[in-house]
Amino acid sequence: MNKFTGVDYYNIDSLFSEEELMIRDTVREFVSDEIIPIIEKHAREATFPIHLISKMAELGLFGSTLPQKYGGSEMNNVAYGLVMQELERGDSGIRSFVSVQSALVMYPIFAFGSEEQKEFWLPKLANGAKIGCFGLTEPDYGSNPGGMITKAEKVAGGYLLNGAKMWITNGTIADAAIVWAKLDGIIQGFIVEKGTKGFSAPEMKGKHSLRASVTSELIFDNVRIPEDNILPKTEGLKNALMCLNQARYGIAWGVVGAMMVCYDTALNYSKSRIQFGKPIAAYQMTQEKLVYMLTEITKAQLLNTQLGRMKDDGTLKHTHVSMAKRNNCEKALEIARIAREILGANGILDEYPIMRHSANLESVKTYEGTHEMHTLIIGEDITGYPAFE
Amino acid sequence: MKIAVCVSHVPDTATKIKIADDSKTIDPNGVTYIINPYDEFAVEEALKTKEKFGGEVVVISVGSESNKESIKKALAMGVDRGILLKDDNPRDSFGVAKVLAEEIKNEQCEIVFFGKQSVDYDNSITGQLTAELLGYQCISVVVDLKFEGEKVIAEREIEGGREVVESRLPVVITAQKGLNEPRYASLKGIMAAKKKVIEEKPAAGSKPTVEILKMHKPPAKQPGRILGTDSSVVPELVRLLREEAKVI
Repeated sequence: MNKFTGVDYYNIDSLFSEEELMIRDTVREFVSDEIIPIIEKHAREATFPIHLISKMAELGLFGSTLPQKYGGSEMNNVAYGLVMQELERGDSGIRSFVSVQSALVMYPIFAFGSEEQKEFWLPKLANGAKIGCFGLTEPDYGSNPGGMITKAEKVAGGYLLNGAKMWITNGTIADAAIVWAKLDGIIQGFIVEKGTKGFSAPEMKGKHSLRASVTSELIFDNVRIPEDNILPKTEGLKNALMCLNQARYGIAWGVVGAMMVCYDTALNYSKSRIQFGKPIAAYQMTQEKLVYMLTEITKAQLLNTQLGRMKDDGTLKHTHVSMAKRNNCEKALEIARIAREILGANGILDEYPIMRHSANLESVKTYEGTHEMHTLIIGEDITGYPAFE
Repeated sequence: MKIAVCVSHVPDTATKIKIADDSKTIDPNGVTYIINPYDEFAVEEALKTKEKFGGEVVVISVGSESNKESIKKALAMGVDRGILLKDDNPRDSFGVAKVLAEEIKNEQCEIVFFGKQSVDYDNSITGQLTAELLGYQCISVVVDLKFEGEKVIAEREIEGGREVVESRLPVVITAQKGLNEPRYASLKGIMAAKKKVIEEKPAAGSKPTVEILKMHKPPAKQPGRILGTDSSVVPELVRLLREEAKVI
């Protein structure tokens, strides 16, 4: 196979700094060497490639935007986005792992934790010694997390937690869960450690999507949590949503990686697949598909670059993230499906990455705020009417 | 222990090379340049040596401004500082070795690592020439390396096998694939590389000892031949492999 060199029709590389490009290229090489050769097997067998954790930690992929003293690399958000993009060229499940560890576990501890919590957890999460997960969604509360029924009660020496979470990436393999529960009616964050009595995290089986990623339930049956494990700076749903905003930002970038590999595969295939005496790339209908894909990739790249620059200069609104997450996931899924059409029957084989990405993107379009919810979030922002209430 | 590693900035091996109109140089348009792959083994070994014995690793490259990309790659992998000996014109191996030897002498490096060859001109000689100019020992095409005090024990690849040789410091080592597994530049390493110094100085002029008269591409590959589809063609296949292709 040819070496993957990215998709850059508009010289978008010229918008990135030397470090940003170097970081991207390093992760690109890592994905080509370490992820792509093994990922189909893991997707087929529905296993997460656990051996990658230490390699990804060594590369510095966890919490890379955080300060060095907590194990981060103090990278900017554009570089972080490019890392997500490259990882998702490998697989959405691997990108999800890094997203959860960085944006949904390390970020809330960094932003809402005590100094002791930060010093204890962040370096261990950065070097991969500890794995984290994030429990917000419940079986009956997805788009409406504010309705959650998981609750915490103040008891002597700590809190008593009861309830259940669902669709939790990394749940079964996590050493610590950031769990959101209502304490006196106010949603707060707690660190629940693996092995705590009454806490279990069974894996959810039977997924046709994100098969190389662990998805779990979290069950809390009278779980006693020490006083020190509450995230002290959480004071309502908005803190959980701030975490989601970080993760959605990574998804907006990540799916462009999936788009790129689907396009690249379809382009190469169309040039070598001969029908009626000429490559299918020579037919107008194939060209229209390829041009549509490339145009949507280019638009998503420009959307992301500006999104990242706004995040770095502090002018980013959560509705901006919604627009990029909404658009890019929809277009990525569409591109994966068009790529499958170009590959014809070959597109369904796992000799090509298309079907795996296509199936993954069904989840990615739905999680971290469905397409519909992001529509309503932007809708409210521009009209003033919250249509989801 | 002061260690030098010399790196070359070469066209990516995946790039399709075009020869320029003058027939003496390659057309740089559309060519991606990378650190010479064999030099990555050299950088890794330099870093491992430093990790074992302490000291400093300095990366040196001869060439134009764009060579800084390869210097930065080495810095991101963990090398302490860089030196660019600037010369915008291509020079022959002797011209490169001469300025490298002078700089290594100034820096007083006791161990010097090179890749066994650079994948652009493939002369496989710069390391050896530099050693000669410095009066250092030289062990080339090394696949395993140990330092014991002043003693250097290296395993090197030779035709059809390997040999173990012993030498002493100061020494020039040229690295072969298999010597180690080069590390990725970590994200932390890339961020830290920003703050590392790349000293830039003009490379002293050098009279070319070799002149390139003409470059041309190898002849296009001949299409394959199908002798038949059953076992009856095996004797003919063997004969052709022996007499025509001369591979068995």
